[in-house]
Amino acid sequence: MTKWLGAFMLECKNIGFYYNRSNWLFRNIHLSIERGEIIGIYGKSGSGKTTLAKIMANYLSPTEGEVLVDGEKSNHSEVYPVQLIWQHPEQAINPKWKLSKIFEEAKELDQDIPSILGIKEEWLNRRAHELSGGELQRFCIARAFHPDTRYIIADEITSMFDAITQAQIWHALIRLVKERNIGVLAISHHISLLERISDRIIDFNQLKGASEKSF
Amino acid sequence: MKNQYLSIDFDSTNYKRRILWKIIGLVCLFLLVALSGFWIGEEQIEANMGEKHLSPSLDHPFGTDWLGRDMFFRTLLGLHLSWKVGLFAAVISTVIALTLSLLSSINKFFDSLVTMLIDLFLSIPHLVALILIAFVLGGGVKGIVIGIAFTHWPSLTRVLRAEILQIKSSEYVHISKKLGKSRMWIIRHHYLPQLAPQLFVGFILLFPHAILHESAITFLGFGLSPEQPAIGIILSEAMKYLTMGMWWLVVFPGLSLFGMVVIFDALGNNLRKLLNPN
Repeated sequence: MTKWLGAFMLECKNIGFYYNRSNWLFRNIHLSIERGEIIGIYGKSGSGKTTLAKIMANYLSPTEGEVLVDGEKSNHSEVYPVQLIWQHPEQAINPKWKLSKIFEEAKELDQDIPSILGIKEEWLNRRAHELSGGELQRFCIARAFHPDTRYIIADEITSMFDAITQAQIWHALIRLVKERNIGVLAISHHISLLERISDRIIDFNQLKGASEKSF
Repeated sequence: MKNQYLSIDFDSTNYKRRILWKIIGLVCLFLLVALSGFWIGEEQIEANMGEKHLSPSLDHPFGTDWLGRDMFFRTLLGLHLSWKVGLFAAVISTVIALTLSLLSSINKFFDSLVTMLIDLFLSIPHLVALILIAFVLGGGVKGIVIGIAFTHWPSLTRVLRAEILQIKSSEYVHISKKLGKSRMWIIRHHYLPQLAPQLFVGFILLFPHAILHESAITFLGFGLSPEQPAIGIILSEAMKYLTMGMWWLVVFPGLSLFGMVVIFDALGNNLRKLLNPN
């Protein structure tokens, strides 16, 4: 039974990555996220958190090791079950699009997602430069809840916003995630935020440090 | 607070409206010249030996030539022909540019292939390649259109390729890929809408080039056949009579060619301002 449950995890097995051959960014990283669980990771800027996020969401391939989604390597042509939400929503939305197209892009989106995230009807006819960052980020989050999504990587998704917007966005996100049994990796350098939202908190430097000792 | 935003909005629409009027005016001016060719029949440019060598007057605004043909209508017909040649050549060139730039977005191999092709064509002077192609194809309208079309795509391709490269590396394209969108979907929804202004402006700005080059190689004798009333033909024939003091045979056709090119250039630049305000 536990083994069967264990298959529903996003696993990083022995991940290592370098941009420059002589200088590993990190190595031997082991990390697993269960479905329905929210894990917080914090660490200094430049320590490789975003790179790890990109590897887990299949934007980059790891130099060594592998990422398993529910026990298997995922197919490239389909909707990837791990969706990454980026830090800067204004770069993650095509500036020429009307925002209603974001919902077209993530088709079959559940009807109640926009209202839970506080997306207003009148925003749909506007373009990206006519909305604020907080409003745009709600669209990016909504898009990540494609029906096939099983895990979400949230890379500093609210660090640009004021405390009220942060709270609103995270309340909505946690509600959606728990309803849909989605696993979340929340990356931030804001520890008090992570303490409020996560089930488990990991220090990224320790994660790296533990591996550095081992070789 | 709200008024502030409103006033900013107002200014930008006013600016846009001004440019829009300019564009409409230019288009009307151009259509007047280019389409007039459809209504000019043979009888207006018939030879009339009784009216040879007339200098400009109210009856013949651009004068008449050594066969008594009215130069005003010949010039209009010439511009009409130039416009048609330019249109075909610009359309083909733009299609080639778009296809190649999309091809270059597939992977590194195709990208270097396209870049090499661009460099190859840019390294040969336009006019030389143009004369070669037109000559090989036996001259005439076909030779000129194909010649111009196959020599004028590289610079536009380079612009489009750079634009696609930039869009391709943007986060929203990566996200679309991760949401399982196909290459065609990304081309249709991300690339084409952002390329459209560049494409359109590039297309318009190809016209002056095409028209000038058409006249140039016709003048040199590699282009249209002598019985066609092209500006290049008119100018090269008039050279013989220039020494006889018949200045109007050169000045007016030359000026109208220049005017046509200026109209297109202004049109292209205004369109760019309208579509791409920064």
